[in-house]
Amino acid sequence: MNRDALLSKLWVTAVWGVVTLFVLNLGAMIATVIVNSFGTRWFGTWLPPSFTTHWYTDAWAEFQLGDVLLVTFQIVGLVVLFSGLLGVPAAYALARREFPGKRLILLLFLLPLMVPPITFGIPLASVLYKAGFAGSMSGVVLANLVPTVPFVILVMVPFIEQIDPRVEDAARVFGAGTFKLFTHVLLPLLAPGILAALLLVLVRTIAMFELTFFTAGPSSQTLVVALYYAVYAAGVRAGQSIDAMAVIYMLTTLIWLLVALRFVNPTQIVTRAKRETA
Amino acid sequence: MSTVSIPAARERAEERRDLRQWLALRGIDGVTLLLAPAAIFTLALFVYPFLYGLVLSFRPNEGDWLGNYRTFFTDPFLHTTIYKTLWLALPATFINIIASVPVAMRVRLMKRQRLLTTILVVPITLGTVLIAEGLLNYLGPQGWFNRVLMSIGLISSPIRLVHNYWGTLISLIISGFPFTFLLTLSYVTGIDPSLEQAAATLGAKPWERFRHIFLPLLVPGFAITFALTFVQMFSVFPSAVLLGEPAGETRVISIAAYTAAYEQYNDSMAAAIAMIMGAVQLVIVSIVLGLRGAFYRGPANTAKG
Repeated sequence: MNRDALLSKLWVTAVWGVVTLFVLNLGAMIATVIVNSFGTRWFGTWLPPSFTTHWYTDAWAEFQLGDVLLVTFQIVGLVVLFSGLLGVPAAYALARREFPGKRLILLLFLLPLMVPPITFGIPLASVLYKAGFAGSMSGVVLANLVPTVPFVILVMVPFIEQIDPRVEDAARVFGAGTFKLFTHVLLPLLAPGILAALLLVLVRTIAMFELTFFTAGPSSQTLVVALYYAVYAAGVRAGQSIDAMAVIYMLTTLIWLLVALRFVNPTQIVTRAKRETA
Repeated sequence: MSTVSIPAARERAEERRDLRQWLALRGIDGVTLLLAPAAIFTLALFVYPFLYGLVLSFRPNEGDWLGNYRTFFTDPFLHTTIYKTLWLALPATFINIIASVPVAMRVRLMKRQRLLTTILVVPITLGTVLIAEGLLNYLGPQGWFNRVLMSIGLISSPIRLVHNYWGTLISLIISGFPFTFLLTLSYVTGIDPSLEQAAATLGAKPWERFRHIFLPLLVPGFAITFALTFVQMFSVFPSAVLLGEPAGETRVISIAAYTAAYEQYNDSMAAAIAMIMGAVQLVIVSIVLGLRGAFYRGPANTAKG
């Protein structure tokens, strides 16, 4: 009996040890980037001998970060807008109607989320180049919408299903037209769900590397693609200024993540739709 | 005046109403049509490119219709990319799943899971490019990781962890673990705790409870988790280039596809490689989901009441 208790205590300690190690390494990995971006030069010591902020001004000028950030926010904004416009009505239809072939439609929306972007991104980029979209912002936006529209749909369907359809019927009885029903009843009820879904789209699009990488031209790079090129060509520029750019990238993503986490459960970022747990 | 008589027009109007009723009874009306824009979009930019790529892959720049596939499977520089990718993706997937289960079993009992899940969401949000840059610093010969190991005397000279297989594998584990863990956690918490309590009342020890209660109920969830994690790991790209040895041991299949498309401008070959990539993923996922059928499938929570 005593041996069992000891063993289970050891096991619990081991499990938490592994978790702590993981989180510690993760933190240290992020910390090296931050420390390096502020260090004058850092070689062969635990910490850089002195600190400076000039790598940030360097990075800003070298990588034209002002332009890159502007392009990033334009692309992300358009992706968020259009995935909402396309996704929310579709989710409403899926939540409210049963019709033949519904499972097929669900599969159609599930596939772009299951197939990794690299696999469908290469033929998609060929098509977009052929149609003249790729290499510009419109191509990047179109490519990024492929996984985000289904994402919005799959997040929104369970959310809409839990809203009582009788509320809509009541509004109809009192004479609300479709437009009034939408603006006065549905939109306020759906707002939290739409906000959560679109924030998740925003965070995912900032970090979406592959699809943007395949379809972006020189003037339509987002921050993550610019960071990739900078790391790829490491040695051309000072490592510290690449890390300064990496810190700026981290800040833009994490700020939005923090905002998003106020409205959603972190597991939703992974499992797409909120599961009802018993 | 039109030649249509009034009764004929009325009949037609009735027919139209009948058709509309007929459709509405099957659930197709104005609301259902709201699906159309998203469905057309997905058909045009997901299904069509896939089919386009499939057809394109059978129209090589030179040779007969199977030319691309023949080149791929005869050129060792190309077909070895499959094994190299599997050699990265399979261990990373297994490690992540095996590590996720015990952690999820503990976290399930926690009252405040949110802090941990928030920390774990960070690497997913940052993405693979940033993780690659961070690990280049952290695992490098002058990085903190090697320094700590040297100062506690575990190693005498820095071990090489970047620009080779290990760097890529570690980055796959770091970017993949949170995803696998959060999926596993959602499956573990979906199992009714009263099942475990019943087993405990009957005298089952923790390991027996896991082996006979949780494991059989978790297998279907594992299959899905494995499939989703594997598919992501198999499409490793930025970390294989930045942290690995893209011309050597981490020349993964996505690098081959990228090279064909953007360095050789051979869209047809790139499409063929993308199709092969998809096919390998499909084969592995089918095997795993097929194996799942051999295990218990059914409700993981007890009936209502």
